[in-house]
This record gives sequence, structure tokens and C-alpha cells, in this order.
Amino acid sequence: MHITREELNKTAEDILSKYDGVTLTAKDRAGIPVQEMPAQDPSVRITNMEEVNEGYTEAQVKAEALRCLQCKNKPCIKGCPVGINIPGFIAKAAEGDFAGANQVIKESSLLPSICGRVCPQESQCQATCTVGKMNKDVNKAVSIGRIERFVADYVRENDCDVAPEIKKASGKRVAIVGSGPSSIAAAADLRKAGHEVVMFEALHKAGGVLVYGIPEFRLPKKLVQHEIDNLKAMGVEINLNYLVGKTRTIETLMSKDGFDAVFVGSGAGLPKFMNIPGENLIGVFSANEYLTRSNLMKAYDEKHSRTPLWESKRVAIFGGGNVAMDAARTAKRLGAENVTIIYRRSEEELPARVEEVGHAKEEGIEFMMLHQPHAIVGDDKGHVTGVKVVTCELGEPDASGRRRPVEIEGTEQVVDFDTVVVSIGNTSNPLIKQTTEGIDVNRRGNFIVNEETLETTVPGVFAGGDIVLGAATVILAMGQGRKAAAAINAYLGDK
Amino acid sequence: MNKIVYKEQLSNDIYKIIIQAPLIAEARKPGQFVILQDGGDFGERIPLTIADADTEKGTITLIIQASGESTMLLTSKEVGDSYDNVLGPLGNPTELDNYGKVLCVGGGVGVAPMYPIAKALHNMGNEVKIIMGARNKDLFVMKDEMRAIADELILITDDGSSGRKGLVTEPLKELCEEWKPDVVFIIGPPIMMKFCALTTKPFGIKSYASLNTIMIDGTGMCGGCRVSIGDDTKFVCVDGPEFDAHKVDWNNMLTRLGTYKGIETEKKQECLCELKQKNEAR
Repeated sequence: MHITREELNKTAEDILSKYDGVTLTAKDRAGIPVQEMPAQDPSVRITNMEEVNEGYTEAQVKAEALRCLQCKNKPCIKGCPVGINIPGFIAKAAEGDFAGANQVIKESSLLPSICGRVCPQESQCQATCTVGKMNKDVNKAVSIGRIERFVADYVRENDCDVAPEIKKASGKRVAIVGSGPSSIAAAADLRKAGHEVVMFEALHKAGGVLVYGIPEFRLPKKLVQHEIDNLKAMGVEINLNYLVGKTRTIETLMSKDGFDAVFVGSGAGLPKFMNIPGENLIGVFSANEYLTRSNLMKAYDEKHSRTPLWESKRVAIFGGGNVAMDAARTAKRLGAENVTIIYRRSEEELPARVEEVGHAKEEGIEFMMLHQPHAIVGDDKGHVTGVKVVTCELGEPDASGRRRPVEIEGTEQVVDFDTVVVSIGNTSNPLIKQTTEGIDVNRRGNFIVNEETLETTVPGVFAGGDIVLGAATVILAMGQGRKAAAAINAYLGDK
Repeated sequence: MNKIVYKEQLSNDIYKIIIQAPLIAEARKPGQFVILQDGGDFGERIPLTIADADTEKGTITLIIQASGESTMLLTSKEVGDSYDNVLGPLGNPTELDNYGKVLCVGGGVGVAPMYPIAKALHNMGNEVKIIMGARNKDLFVMKDEMRAIADELILITDDGSSGRKGLVTEPLKELCEEWKPDVVFIIGPPIMMKFCALTTKPFGIKSYASLNTIMIDGTGMCGGCRVSIGDDTKFVCVDGPEFDAHKVDWNNMLTRLGTYKGIETEKKQECLCELKQKNEAR
């Protein structure tokens, strides 16, 4: 049964009036129920691309902030990859001082409106929260991400964000390769330090994975544009349609164009495939292609977009991460009647966020757990007609610590599908490695960097985000961007 | 924004368009391509080969066949107009070498990307023979440019309206038998490239084909351009666009190219009507 935003707001108002003027004990606080995130009705939202989560009301954010104990050891801060002063901003939010809360967040994080939406809080700050521990349930921890999101949205909508202070010109120039989360973070910090910062983006729109990968219904593109506009307002120059390695090499940027340092945040690269028969049939897509068509090229707007989309009735998604959930939920919105996630382990091992899995289920996505695709089968026209799968059971834990799927003999069957989206991750993009002499990579193609400074094997060239980490999260990429920016500042100061 | 500085209609639906793109003009090498995106948020990204470049003027030459909705809109622009986004140069340059005897086979607008390759090979001292094929005489592009650099230029049309009557595979086979080229470069419609590859294979002559597959970003992200090369899956944008023609799984590539045929035919019809109305309104 769907609960509307109005109903959730009423519950929050009741809590606030109940505790008005009362001094709360830790037990009282932990006993306040978690304020649920208002969301579009599942039956409605599968027919549109608009954001699923509607965001807390003011009463909800205050009620949720009351749940924070302001405990002494602050385990949440240690759980945050960028160490945001979480109890600090929640205390301000509880008072209704949202501009103040934002200032606290901005000391450590640059993109709260984005991280509040896409961070896996349940495995970071909320995983260590004392309230969650008291309730013996991580899902009953303080909803830190939801409060963060409210604060960020509030200052954007009420135009009371803090304008970053920019130090006087240092006379140094830094090139930023890519415009995703690590690049945005690095660019902002380097510009604040007074350097001239130029960002180079290959696509026709800035934002990287935030624009081409994460769907509108999870991260509205106007929020990403807002962050890009902020960078421009700070004086960061953004060059689109510029593929570093091809349009210009890093070497040329440094020797000819006068860049004193370079940050490479070029992101993940080539999509991985399963290497099973039938993967080049018509109707098989990488998640990257499927999502890029829909998100960046706006093919979901069939009437206006000139980029075509494959029409699907029955869609199989290979993989169980957040990208797989994004692809599945996109397919549903594009009109597929049946969308099935095929994953070789059990639901417990799904790498996707709990919230994403929950949303997918509400939207009618089917989960075929403990199945391994063996082949994609097609008709004489080369079109996908089904997937040959085999049933698995869980064996002993493997190197990742998760129980290894073991195929059960004699369980092979063909399930009907007309579309397959392969979402099992990416290998690294080879372009910069191919065109930059002296860049060393590991066997997966990720850049080898000094762990302290994120400097690559080429002096003055630093790197962060997925090109170093492999597939990671927005917040980790952002954290690396900031870390590299600090190291670049030190490097330029010594130069 | 990339301004159009020159536009010429070469035939019914083929246009030569020169645009400002100084960095691409400087960096590009024979065999590479660009991606054009125009018309705001909803415009499609279209891979196009670079036919020529002028580093002094900072321009690149594109030969565009208006075969679908997006290419029709691109070619409906005039001198002084601009394209929103041009990315390049993409893909790996052709492996230029002193091969000795080089045979270039270009079909239709595939002659355009062949031109810089043939020219560079000619300038390096190779003996270069060129076969140019088209459906009829009106569909030849860059004939004079090719003639200027070819040791021998063979024209062939489906209907015999210019040069020999027949298919490019016929003179190709004869030259493989008699002239015995050291290497063959093939660019044209996929079906033509497939049969050229089948023609040179029995002779064991190294043959390269330049593939133009479905592509979105062109930078190694989407995987839409993947092709089967021998036992491997390769990506045209970062591993190509040129591959050993004898190893390409042509039938699979041809099938994959047809993915959006139905939708595209529909969109083209709508676009034709719109452009017609626009012209009438003028």
C-alpha cells in the first residue's frame, strides 16, 4: 500500500508536536520511527522518467534529525569516505537551520545533492550509526543521506548556498581530464586554491557518469547541470568535445599548452561481456550503451530524440549491481512487459543498494537469482529469442568472501527474452594509456598511482576515480578527486 | 560550435562539407574519423570519416550522404551555419608503410576516407592503384583528387554509365591475379567490403577494411560498435576502425548494422515531410 508524502508529513508533524519542549533521552530518540522517504507511487512512476524519491518534507527532516543521539564517539564520521561532520549538520537541521547545516557539509563534501541521492549510506555512515546499533537494524539507523539531500535541495531552491572563496591567482594551470564526480571535485578544490583550471570532456555534455549513466529517475540531470554551472561560476573553463589522448595528448597539454599539472578522471571504460555464445546478436546491449541511449541521448523521449531505441517486450539483465538495477528500471519505463534480473548468487549477495533492489521490486522487476547464463539464443534473422541458463547453488566462500555459485548439472533451460542487457562491469579505458608514454597500469588496465598523492608514474600527472579504482561509487571518486587536488596543490607549491 | 565554411552538393544526396575544427585538423591522420552531434539535446551522434584537412585554415572536409534522418538534417545546413558538437579525431590511424604495391578499393562515399590513406601511401613512394566503384556515374566522389595520386585509376559502375560495367570485385580479382599487390585497403558499403575480402582471401594478400558500425560515444564506453574479429570481440572506436578483412565476421556485422532499420526508415519519412514543408514555407 503506497503511503503519500502528505500522509508521511502528517506522521512527522505528530512526532514533532509530541516531543515539542520535551527533553529527549537517548532511548526516546532511538525509539522515534524512521521517517520513510516519500516516493512516487510505483504504478505511476513506471510510466514516467521523473525522480522516484520526492524528498523529505521539512517536518520529516526535523523528526529524523531528532533521532540522532549526538553521541560522543561519532562513528558515522568514520564511516563517511570524505569525513563529513555528520552530527554537526544534523544538529543544525534539527533546529531548522538548513543553510547552517549546508555550511557544515560543504566543509568536507562538494556534491551533497548528488551524494545524498546515490551514496550507499547503508554500508558507509549509516552502517556504523549508534541508533542503528541500538535498534539492532542498520535500516533503523538515522537516515543521514535523506537529511543531507534535503539540506542540499533546500539551499539550492532557496538560493542560500555558500559561495566558495577563491584564493588569489597562483599563476599555475591545471588540466582536468573528464567531468565526472572525481573531476568535478578536483576542479573545484584546485580552482579554490587559485589555479587556472580547464576541464576537458569528450562527450557533448559535462557530468560524466552522472549524465550518461545514472538515470533521470534516480538523479535528475538538472542537479548535475547545477553543479557544472557552479564550477563555471567559480571560473573553471569547460571544454566539451575534447578527447584527451586523441584531440591532444597529455604530453602536448603540458609541453605546448602550458599546463603545470594534469588530473585524469577519465572513468571506467570498455564494457565487459560474458564471452558466451550469442552476445553479438541483435538485441544484446551493454548496460553502458542501453543507459547512454536513454539518458545522454534522451531516447526515452521517443517523439523528440533522434537516437533510436530497441523495442523490447521481455528483457533479461545480466548482473546484480546498481547499474543492473538502473538498466532494469529503465527498460520497464521504456515499456517492456517483463524485466528479469539474472544473477548467479542469491539475493543476499546482490551488490546493488538495498534501496535500489526495493524500488526495482516495487516496480515489478523480476529476480531470477542463482542462475548463470550459458548462451544467448537467436532466430534466423539474428534476433535474440532467449537465454540459456543453468541453476546454481552456493558453495564455499571465494576470494571476495561471498559464497561461490556452483552450477547444478542437468538444470539447463532456455527462457524466452527478446532483449539482453549485459551489466557485469567495465574494464578500464585504454585511450590515455595508449597515448601517454610512461603511464603504468596494472593487469586490469587501471592506473598505478602513489597511494598518498594519487600521482601516476608520469610526474605531474595525477589520477582518481574509476580509472584508478575500477568500478566504484560516486563518493569514493569524489574523495579521490579531493585527495589528488590536495596533492596537486602541494606539487605546484614546490614547483 | 563548428562553422560550415564550404558546402557543395556532389550528387543527389551526397555533400562535401568543410567545417572549422582547428584542433582536429592538426591532430588527424589518415584513417581517423569524427563524431558530429547537432540539434540540441535530442540530436544523434553520427560517426563520419575525415576526407581531408587543412591545418593552415584549421578545417576538415567531410563527405556526408544524406541517407537517414540525422544526416539529412546535417546536410540541410548551409555555409555560415554551425554544428553544435564535433569530436575527434577518433580511432587509430591507418598503418602507413612502404608496402610496395598498394591497391585501394573504394565504393560509394567510402572513396572519401580512402582519399587521405591513398594520398599518404602515394606520398611515401608506394605504387598505388585505385578501384572506384559506384552505382552510377553521378555517385562518384573525389574522382579528380584520386586521379591525381593514382598510378592507375579504375572506374566501375553497376550500370556502366562510367568506366567498366560491373562490380569492384571483378577488377580486384584481375589485379590480384596479374599485378599481385602487397596490400589491399577496402572502404565502402559493408556488403562490398565482405565480397572484396572474400575475393582477396584465396590470394593470401593482406587486406584491411575500415568498418563503420553503430556507435554512440566513440571513445570506448558504450560497446555498441563491437565486432567479431576471429575469435575476439573488438571495439571499432578504440581497436579500429581498420581490421584484417579476412578475420571480420561480416555476416554478424551486417546483421548488427540492421538493428534499427525499421525505426530509421520511419523516422526518415517523417523527416522528409518536415524538410519539404520547411522548404515550401521558404
